[in-house]
Amino acid sequence: MMHNLINKRDLPLFLGFIVVVLLAPIIMNPLGAGYPDLLQKFAIFGIFAIGFNILFGLTGYLSFGHAAFLGVGSYTAVWTFKLLTMNVVPAIFLSTLMGGLFALLIGVVSLRRSGIYFSILTLAFAQMAYNLAYSVLTPITNGETGLQLRLHDPRYLDNFLTSSVETSLPSTTFFGLSMSGFSGFYFCAVILIICFYVSLRIFRSPFGVMLRAVKSNQERMSYTGLNTRPYTLAAFVISGMFAGLAGGLMAVTDPLAGAERMQWTVGGEVVLMTILGGAGTLIGPVLGAVTIKYFENIFSSLNDNILMGFFSFMPEPLQHAATAVAGLFVGEGWHLTLGALFVIIVVFLPGGLMEGLSRIGKLFRRGGGGDGKKDAAAKFATPAE
Amino acid sequence: MGILQVKNVNKRFGGLAALADVNLDIEQSTVHAIIGPNGAGKSTLLNCFVGRLKPDTGTVMFDGTSLLGISPHEINQAGVSRVFQTPEIFGDLTLLENVMIPAFAKRDGAFTLNAWPDLRREGDIRDKAVSMLSDLGIGDKLKITAATLSRGDKRRLELAMCLVQEPKLLLLDEPTAGMARADTNATVDLLKGIAAQGITMVVIEHDMHVVFSLADKITVMAQGTPIVEGLPEEIKGNAKVQEAYLGGAHL
Repeated sequence: MMHNLINKRDLPLFLGFIVVVLLAPIIMNPLGAGYPDLLQKFAIFGIFAIGFNILFGLTGYLSFGHAAFLGVGSYTAVWTFKLLTMNVVPAIFLSTLMGGLFALLIGVVSLRRSGIYFSILTLAFAQMAYNLAYSVLTPITNGETGLQLRLHDPRYLDNFLTSSVETSLPSTTFFGLSMSGFSGFYFCAVILIICFYVSLRIFRSPFGVMLRAVKSNQERMSYTGLNTRPYTLAAFVISGMFAGLAGGLMAVTDPLAGAERMQWTVGGEVVLMTILGGAGTLIGPVLGAVTIKYFENIFSSLNDNILMGFFSFMPEPLQHAATAVAGLFVGEGWHLTLGALFVIIVVFLPGGLMEGLSRIGKLFRRGGGGDGKKDAAAKFATPAE
Repeated sequence: MGILQVKNVNKRFGGLAALADVNLDIEQSTVHAIIGPNGAGKSTLLNCFVGRLKPDTGTVMFDGTSLLGISPHEINQAGVSRVFQTPEIFGDLTLLENVMIPAFAKRDGAFTLNAWPDLRREGDIRDKAVSMLSDLGIGDKLKITAATLSRGDKRRLELAMCLVQEPKLLLLDEPTAGMARADTNATVDLLKGIAAQGITMVVIEHDMHVVFSLADKITVMAQGTPIVEGLPEEIKGNAKVQEAYLGGAHL
């Protein structure tokens, strides 16, 4: 029975993943990231990147438009809260569905082209979606302000079940369990684990091999009797569903949806996460998402005063100079750091952080005759077999 | 009536007539070699069979259906497999995966959303792929990434990918090009074995040793047109062939 659920070889990987995710509040605590808001972000962007990796990592189709599906997911979830119920289950279900539907629409058109033309088409669609959300579709998206909950939203399902009069804004719940603080994080964590499991199954399936074949040699695929279009479209829709789900979860933890979630920079961020962690690997995208969100949290909270304190051991002119230079890379300038980090990774570790881990693993094996843990890390780094 | 019938096929690239009025009839369960000097239109003709090129005029009928206007994957699903001049394989994948993919295509058709079952549980497909790779002498390299193979092994792999589909028609574009003599002989023996199973083959080849040891029938092409067609013995002494190849000098 068990080996029907998971391949024996993947069991340690999957169990390890579960343990790390569930113990994240303890593990991340020494790094100063053990609080639910940030951990939730890790989990949500982890889901976003896992889904993106199914498209980009396996088929090699680089989409810059996945922010659109994230945004659609968020709007769908908030509308579900407004119209149906504050229970999060319908919200995440519908946001996944809508993410998939939008991906189907955009995918059908964009996948008529490949390579750079595909990327540009997805980018164009995402920008259109952003502008629509920002202006034309204001009745649905509430434009610049963003879609929010109101006191007298209909919430038909909730009002049908209970007749209590609302006196304050209700909060999102999972059958009564409030989705704030650690319960919110654990809700996202469980979904992250499920998503990881789904991605694992896809990677190990015949379908997963077909997707890697698309990346390797599309021409051979068609001369082998396989129609590549539905394969790429299926991957696109699946990754759109993951993005929709991630967008829905953003609204679950903070019931608000704004057009800025659809901006191309968000779509670019998930590309960075996937490449940084290691495209085409199972763990890489999650690792990339956590790394970027963690450093974003640290670097963007720094400011010149903190830097001055940091450099206080220097003579005063030097202290000012150091602060001026370092100041470019923190706070609003955090993206400069991200860019530099990205350049370093792509130049020196084109396989991302997972390649780094696997190199360390190899080093240990050559040196000490096999440290089990590092061996495992190396194994995680290799793409699906 | 042959399994593959080519009628009045013309193909022009700008001012150049790559194929001029090609008529060809390939008999079932035979090996049909197409020879001719470089630029004679041999590969262009094969490209018209697999959907890579569309002829300007003419018809290509395979087993009763037209191969024109349908896409490459539909042509393959109809039973036509092709080995290319430069091996077309899945370089990033292992040999085993390379051969399992066409086996899946044969079993499941052009698209199946087979995203949940584990690849390792596809025992039948796996066994088929393993035995095919063993038949071709590369059964010891199952887990090796295909891109790292030698040129000769890549050809073997591509052949395995085609054969695992049990095609009705196998198209081979210079299967021994760039091979050492020993490898060439091994390949010829291998192809003879395939022919003995009754698979129809169309072979483009420059190596006359290979052509004469394999072919049941030979078509000689020059400047986009078949100039002579006949049994190997007939071709050997044909003056027109020597004209086309050697400008009149004797073979």
